[in-house]
Amino acid sequence: MTSEIIKICNLKSSVEGQQILKGIDLDIKAGEIHVIMGPNGAGKSTLANVLMGHPAHKVDTGEVTFMGKDLLTMKVDERAKAGLFLSFQYPEEVPGVTVENFLRTAKKEVAGIMPMALSFKKELHSKMEMLNMDSKYLERYLNQGFSGGEKKKNEILQMAVLNPKLAILDETDSGLDIDAIRVVYESVQKLSKADNAILVITHYNKILNYITPDYVHVLVDGKIVRSGDVTLAEEIESKGYEKREW
Amino acid sequence: MRKESGEHMAKKTYIEEVNRGVYDIINKEDHRYKADRGLTEDIIREISREKDEPQWMLDYRLKSLEIFNAKPMPTWGADLSELDMDNIVHYVRPNTDMSTSWDDVPEDIKQTFDRLGIPEAEKKSLAGVGAQYDSEVVYHSMREDLKAKGVVYTDMDSAVKAYESIVRKYFMTMITNRDHKFSALHGAVWSGGSFVYVPEGVEVDFPLQSYFRLNAKGAGQFEHTLIVVEKNASLHFIEGCSAPKYSVQNLHAGAVELFVKEGAKLRYSTIENWSRNMYNLNTKRCMVEKNGKIEWVSGSFGSKVSMLYPMSILKGEGASSEFTGITFAAKGQYLDTGTKVVHAAPNTTSIVNSKSISKDGGHAFYRGLLRVTPNAVNVKSTVNCESLMLDNRSKSDTLPIIEIGNEQVDIGHEAKIGRISDDTIFYLMSRGISEAEAKAMIVRGFVEPITKELPLEYAVELNNLINLELEGTIG
Repeated sequence: MTSEIIKICNLKSSVEGQQILKGIDLDIKAGEIHVIMGPNGAGKSTLANVLMGHPAHKVDTGEVTFMGKDLLTMKVDERAKAGLFLSFQYPEEVPGVTVENFLRTAKKEVAGIMPMALSFKKELHSKMEMLNMDSKYLERYLNQGFSGGEKKKNEILQMAVLNPKLAILDETDSGLDIDAIRVVYESVQKLSKADNAILVITHYNKILNYITPDYVHVLVDGKIVRSGDVTLAEEIESKGYEKREW
Repeated sequence: MRKESGEHMAKKTYIEEVNRGVYDIINKEDHRYKADRGLTEDIIREISREKDEPQWMLDYRLKSLEIFNAKPMPTWGADLSELDMDNIVHYVRPNTDMSTSWDDVPEDIKQTFDRLGIPEAEKKSLAGVGAQYDSEVVYHSMREDLKAKGVVYTDMDSAVKAYESIVRKYFMTMITNRDHKFSALHGAVWSGGSFVYVPEGVEVDFPLQSYFRLNAKGAGQFEHTLIVVEKNASLHFIEGCSAPKYSVQNLHAGAVELFVKEGAKLRYSTIENWSRNMYNLNTKRCMVEKNGKIEWVSGSFGSKVSMLYPMSILKGEGASSEFTGITFAAKGQYLDTGTKVVHAAPNTTSIVNSKSISKDGGHAFYRGLLRVTPNAVNVKSTVNCESLMLDNRSKSDTLPIIEIGNEQVDIGHEAKIGRISDDTIFYLMSRGISEAEAKAMIVRGFVEPITKELPLEYAVELNNLINLELEGTIG
């Protein structure tokens, strides 16, 4: 029950010589939902990108153990195959590649075998239903011409299909209307299982109406300055980040 | 956002030359006749005698030779200074006569076409097939019901004799020996190619296909394709071209003349996959009469240098043209391609969709012309060019020339030049897809609008070519 998914020790990273993460420590265990909050520019999205392996981010120091393996030496696709998932804040548009073709290719890579055509299609339809997505999106080119909300739903659809051990949701609520936020986070809550974990990055408190985190962390200037339970999020809402109490 | 490749994505291994598999298999040369190097009047006479041609054709050849010798090399496009005209054998005839049964085609030639999937394609979904090996057509067949309707599909040499009046009416009237140095050369030494005649009102419901292959070392290929689609008739014609690689240069200077009559429709698809020492200097033109329609689908792969600009002349009111093209320039290649459209009548429409990919220092140049004559009012035209560069060493240029002779036109033009985005690769890799496959997916997605215009087996071939091009270049 308390098996470790990821353990981050003293992680520091920089972009073009400028240090963004200044020593992150974080442990996430199976079955847990963590929320990281923090002001703009604190390094929240950077943390997500560094963990996924974005090549623009240079790791200066630190260790990350993911599913018992050294995450930082792995290529991006290897990280995904090991069970890491990132829901992008700004998902890329890929013209000419249909959502269905993309999902099938990704599933094949992550699961190691080609999914059965018919049952896979069925699975997609039921997951899209959960997300209140029109199944016509399967024929559309990946994220091309999608609204902000459609892009984010498509990210969660990918998460549902790939079934990761750790899903990092980077500002998945940004740019969404209130109904979409509800649908997305209720789906995320459903995808939370005893053997996986979810890390939600947000600066939007209201998501706590739809998901129940076990831990809330506050990230300011590249460091986690405070950790606690849900009550911490409520405190932030009333006091804001800029207070120097922590 | 990220600009430079980082640690994980910078590991690339480059291979000098992509293995083109079956395209590079070289057969033993076995010719009954091979012209001496270089070009003289004697050679022209010999070619004509070998073919047992009528006098007017010999006269045309000789006149063309004269013009060829007088015209300077064009310098406005690709660098042709390395092209040694004396070193290219203009006419090579394989050691076989034309056959209508695949079993009669000599074994090694047959194997070549087998490897390229030609008979297979015929079995599946084609109304007729022609295969040209070096300069001569070695295989031709067509469905019986189409023959009965008066459809003619034969090789150009036979057509000169069997359908002399039609050939004489159209042959080199749209592309003449005075147009440029290579059209003059073509007029002098042309050999082989396809002749298609679709009578009035006949709709050919399956594609006709023709395949060219250059096997002889240093051989030039100068096939002439002449297609006439009469009033209210329709046709889809597919041409594929390839050549194995030798260390000497090869030259390809074919000519394609397409005549689309009133209310007729022609779709002309080509995939050209030449070896990397080929100078592909090809001329293709189509004349479209009232309410007729031409659709070009053009894929340019391989070759050292290509200069290819299929041209539509919209001569009759309401005529239309659609051009869909893809060019893939890899290491050491300069591909100067595009399309020309002349709106010479009112209410004519044209659509141009051109895509190019360059990698490993390859250079793709889009050169286009859109001309609207003063009398051609209510013209509608959309030109769309997109280029994708796979690395920082590759080049891409766009030169769309637009000449408008009147005010009552609706012209849209869009050109986009971009690099393959590292963020897109990162996104796809974050879903477990390898870097190589991510790049291939992006490239396949980029060309998808073209792939879907192609018949299935050509779409598969296009994808295979793209995979061959990308293989081994991304680590």
